[in-house]
Amino acid sequence: MITLTINGIRATVEPGTTLLEAAGFLGIEIPTLCHMDGLSPYGACRLCIVEIGEPPPGKLVSSCTYPAQEGLKVRTGSARVIRARRMILELLLASCPQSKIIQDLASAYEVRTQRFRQEHEDCILCGLCVRMCAEQMMAKAIGFRGRGEHRSIGTPFDVPSEVCRLCGGCMYVCPACQLRCTYHEPDKAICGACANLSAPCLEKPKFDDLMCYMTPCVACEIRKD
Amino acid sequence: MERLNSIDELQALRDRMVADRQPDRPVMVITAGTCGQASGANDLIRIAKRELLANGLAETVGLRITGCHGFCQAEPSVLVEPEGVFYPRLGIKEMVKLVRAVSRGEVLEELLWRDPKTRRRVAKQADIPFFAQQTRTILSHNQKVDPIRVYTYIGNGGYSALAKVLWTGEPRRVVQEVKASGLRGRGGAGFPTGRKWELLASQPNGRGRVLVCNADEGDPGAYMDRSVLEGNPHSIIEGMLIGAYATGATEGVVYVRTEYPLAIKHLVIALRQARELGLLGNNILGTGFSFDIEIVKGAGAFVCGEETALMRSVEGERGEPRQRPPYPVEKGIGGKPTAINNVETWANIPIILSGGAAAFAKTGTPGNSGTKIFSLVGKVKNTGLVEVPMGITIGEIVSNIGGGPSGRTAIKAVQTGGPSGGCIPASAFDLPIDFESLAKAGSIMGSGGMIVMDHRTCMVDVAKYFMKFLKDESCGKCFTCRKGTQRMWEILDDVTSGKATPEQLDLLEELAQVVKDTSMCGLGQTAATPVLSTLRYFREEYMEHIDRKHCPASVCRSLFAWRIIPEKCPGCGLCIPVCPTGAITGEKKKAHVIDPLQCSKCGACYDVCNLEAIVGEPVAEAAR
Repeated sequence: MITLTINGIRATVEPGTTLLEAAGFLGIEIPTLCHMDGLSPYGACRLCIVEIGEPPPGKLVSSCTYPAQEGLKVRTGSARVIRARRMILELLLASCPQSKIIQDLASAYEVRTQRFRQEHEDCILCGLCVRMCAEQMMAKAIGFRGRGEHRSIGTPFDVPSEVCRLCGGCMYVCPACQLRCTYHEPDKAICGACANLSAPCLEKPKFDDLMCYMTPCVACEIRKD
Repeated sequence: MERLNSIDELQALRDRMVADRQPDRPVMVITAGTCGQASGANDLIRIAKRELLANGLAETVGLRITGCHGFCQAEPSVLVEPEGVFYPRLGIKEMVKLVRAVSRGEVLEELLWRDPKTRRRVAKQADIPFFAQQTRTILSHNQKVDPIRVYTYIGNGGYSALAKVLWTGEPRRVVQEVKASGLRGRGGAGFPTGRKWELLASQPNGRGRVLVCNADEGDPGAYMDRSVLEGNPHSIIEGMLIGAYATGATEGVVYVRTEYPLAIKHLVIALRQARELGLLGNNILGTGFSFDIEIVKGAGAFVCGEETALMRSVEGERGEPRQRPPYPVEKGIGGKPTAINNVETWANIPIILSGGAAAFAKTGTPGNSGTKIFSLVGKVKNTGLVEVPMGITIGEIVSNIGGGPSGRTAIKAVQTGGPSGGCIPASAFDLPIDFESLAKAGSIMGSGGMIVMDHRTCMVDVAKYFMKFLKDESCGKCFTCRKGTQRMWEILDDVTSGKATPEQLDLLEELAQVVKDTSMCGLGQTAATPVLSTLRYFREEYMEHIDRKHCPASVCRSLFAWRIIPEKCPGCGLCIPVCPTGAITGEKKKAHVIDPLQCSKCGACYDVCNLEAIVGEPVAEAAR
C-alpha cells in the first residue's frame, strides 16, 4: 500500500492508483473532461491538473494519469492550480462555447469572459469517444488523425466504418456532444441528451433539417422567436 | 568479408590495416555528406576519379569520400592529407587542377581559404580559426573515416573500445566508467547517461532490455546528429554495443527520420558490415555476447523525438507522449525496460571507454564534462557544425569560431535549443554554455541548434516563426499545448501585423506560463520558451510593435516602410536594378525616391546600399 498526502490529508491507496482516484476516495472533487471510469486514463484535457512536490515551486501534473507514489504531497486547489485551470477553461470557452458542460465548469470557476478570438468548434479532442469505441465497444471504428491544429477524430479516410455498429457509445460520452447534429444518418443516431442552449445549427445553416430529430428541438424553439 | 571469431582476430585485422598504410602518400579527402553533395561534392568525386584514372595516378594519390567535416560555409571542400591542406568551395575546373597539383606535391595558393579579416590565405585546416578553436573529439573522426568502408573505421582504432570492454570489462565497471566520465545526455535534457544505464541494468531481466539511439533530429537548423550518423555510423554501433554489454540489453533500435536518406543508407551498410564481421548479432567476437540493432524509420513528426512518443512510434502506434512515470527505463518498448540516448551521446561512448573516464572528464567543466556539437547558423561569417568543450561562452563561439556578424549590423541575440529554446541577448554572451546556465538564462541546451541573429532580425517574428512550427508539430493530445500554441501564434500574428493591444501581451504571457506548466511532455512544457524568453529580453521590441506600430528590425511588412534619406543618397543608382517591383526612381547623381505603393518591402535595396541611405521607418513617418 502507498501512503500519500492530498491537501494535507493522509490517504492510503493501492499501488497503481492514480491521483484522481486517490482524491476521489477522500471526496475531493477534481474537474475533468477526458476521464471516465472504465476507460483508460489519457490526460488530454489537462483540467484535472494538481500540484505535486514540495513548494516552491511544485510541479503541475494531470491527476488522471499520474500514479500515486509513497510520500507524495498533492495539492488539488493551490493558487497555481486554480490559475492554470481558469486559463484552460478560458481556452475551452473560446473554442467550444456551446458545450453545456464547459459552460457550467467555467461558471463554477468564475470564468465569465474569454479574451481570445471566438471560435465555434464542436470537438475538444478529449478522446473519450475513441477510447469508448476501442475499449468498451471493442470496435475501433474511430481514431485520431493528423497532429497539431489538424488533429481530428473520425473513421479512416472518412469512409463510413464497417465495424461501427451505430451503438451510440461515442455520443453518449461526448462532453461537447455535437455529434448527433453532424451524423451522416441522424435518424439512426442516439442523442446523448445534452442540454445545449446554443445549438450549432444556429451558426451553421447546413444543420437546418437535421435538428428536427431532437424533440423538443432547442434550436427550432429559439428560431421561432 | 571474413567473420572475426575473437578479439585477437580483430586486433590482427587492425594491425594489418595500419601496416598497409602509406603515411607519405597524398590522400584527397572529399566531404560528401548530404550538405556536401547538395553543394556539388558528387561532381568533385566524379572528376577526381576520372582524373586519377586517366592520368594513371590511382596508385600515387589516394581518394577518400567522407561525411561532413562541419564547415558548411566552405562546402564542397577538399582536404589533402597528410599535410592537412584545406581547399574550400571547389568547382569542377579547380578540381581538375587540384588533382594534378596534389600528384606533384604542390599547393595551389589561389584556391586556399582566405581569412576575411586579414585577407591572407591560410593553407592548413588546423590554422583556420573555425577549426583551430574547436575541440573536435567526435567530428574529427568524420574526416578520417569512409562511412561505407568498415576497414577505415577499424584502421583508425574503431571497435577497440568494444574489444577492451569485452576483454577486461565486468559490465558493472563499464557503467561505473560512464558514470565517472560525467557524460550527460546530449539530446537536450542532460540526464546523466551512466545513471540511466545503471537504472536499466538494475531492472528485472524478464523479457530482455532495449537500447534506443534517438536520431529523430527535428529542430529547424540543427543537423549534428545527421552528420555523425552519415559520417561515422560505426561509432554509434560501437557505442550501442558497449551500452548493451554494460546493461545486459539484447535488442537495439536506431530511430531515424526518413528525411535523412543518406544517414539511413550509411547505417544500413554499416550494420550489414558489422554483422558480416561478427561485430553484431550472435556471439560477438566469439565472446558469447549477443546484441543486434534494427532501424526504425520515423515518419516525420517532430514530437517523435520525445522519448515516450518515440517508443509508441517504434511499437507502431501513433507518436503521442504518455505520462512519465512509469519511465521508459521501467516500462518501455513493448513493456521492456528501455534506455534511450541521443546519437551524440552514443558517439561519446567509445571515446570514453578507449581514453578512460578521467581523460574525458578533463574537457569541459565539473558537472558538464566533454564536448558538445552545435550547429552554428544564421548571421555569422562561418556557419557549420562546431564542437566545443562545455563551459565555453556563447561569445567565444559566435565571434571566434563564427567570425562575427555576416551582415552590416551587430549581433543581437542567439537562439539556442531549437524551436522550444529561447533567445539569449548579446549582453549575456559571456554566459558559459552548460545545461544549468542556459536554463537559468531562460533558454535550453536542447540538441544543439544555435541560430545567430543580428539587428535585422525581428524578435517577435522569430517567436512567431517558432510558434508556427510548434503549433503544426504539437501532437495535439494535451489541450493546452494544442490550443495554447495556436492561440499564442494568433496573438503573435496580431502583434506583427499591428493589431495587438497591450492587454493581449499580458494575455500572451499568462497563457505562455500555463502552457509551460500544464503540458504533459517536453514539447509542450518548452513550447512557450520562444515567447517567454523574447518577452524577457526584448519586451521593448514587442511594445514598439504595439504602441508605435513599428517594427524596428524592418521585418514585419505592415509595420515599416523603406525611405531614402535624400542627404545621404548620392544617386549612385545601385538600388534601382535590384528592386523587383521597380519602386525606386531617380536620376543619376540625384537622390532617389521609393514609391511606397509599389514597394514590396523585400529589403533588397537596403542590402545593396553601402551608404546607409535607406532606412526602415514607421509607416506614418515615412509617408510624411
